[in-house]
Amino acid sequence: MRAAVIVFPGSNCDRDMAVAFREVTGAETTMVWHGESGLPDNVDIVGIPGGFSFGDYLRCGAIAANSPICRAVVDFAKAGGAVLGVCNGFQVLTETGLLPGALMRNSNLKFVCKPVDLVVETADSIFTSGYEKGQKIEIPVAHHDGSYRAAGDLMARLKDEDRIAFRYAEDINGADDRIAGVLSSNRRVLGLMPHPERAVDALHGGTDGVAMFKALAESLVSA
Amino acid sequence: MKARVMVMLRNGVLDPQGEAVRTALGNLGFEGVGGVRQGKVIELDLAETDPEAARHSVTAMCEKLLANTVIESYQIEIL
Repeated sequence: MRAAVIVFPGSNCDRDMAVAFREVTGAETTMVWHGESGLPDNVDIVGIPGGFSFGDYLRCGAIAANSPICRAVVDFAKAGGAVLGVCNGFQVLTETGLLPGALMRNSNLKFVCKPVDLVVETADSIFTSGYEKGQKIEIPVAHHDGSYRAAGDLMARLKDEDRIAFRYAEDINGADDRIAGVLSSNRRVLGLMPHPERAVDALHGGTDGVAMFKALAESLVSA
Repeated sequence: MKARVMVMLRNGVLDPQGEAVRTALGNLGFEGVGGVRQGKVIELDLAETDPEAARHSVTAMCEKLLANTVIESYQIEIL
């Protein structure tokens, strides 16, 4: 498996994500600067990390979503490539249009930074096949703008198509229907606010993120 | 030619920052403020001299970058 992790000015979880790919999946992992126009050859998965890309100017993820590398990421995803966006990476994915909906300021206006319980809502994806539907896992969150909005008929569509990957067990940010992570219609793109890469080593205080990276390794190893 | 773009959250989208400002105004003794909505104003200096062409181009900028039309609406003033 080969992974690429995108690095924007202001990314701060890029190295954590790279460590998770390397240590848990053994993937050959390349860091790719936002100004690059293409991804490395034969990449199986692209990781878009957390942080404050471009200082969150204009809107979280908006400038990053229009950077040269994101055009390549959109093409990669549209061709069926796997993309994992965490936290700011989730915001970037919604801004590119690869994932629907939008992420807004937490409704309590607080920066939420703590381990939270998530409920796995579907095991039917390359990201979640290592969990069971309904399973509770503990993964840290750290965000100020994580309140997911699914307006109009989007919520019904997400439910009908089984595209809600994770929900918060308890409301932490005012997200519609406590949604923490959603899948693309082809189920190959996942965006989530919690940080699975911060739960892959006993020293992190929890290892519930391991199953996500292991599942990816199993699904993508032969690709 | 200049253009001014006003970006606001769409009607019906909860604006927690506006709510916080409303509460703060109440705490300062300003009564009768029923609601506060917070948005942003973006001013652009354009080389374009034709107002219609400028509006067309700024509309494209709003759709692509300046506003997230999932949650925000925008108004363009050509000055």
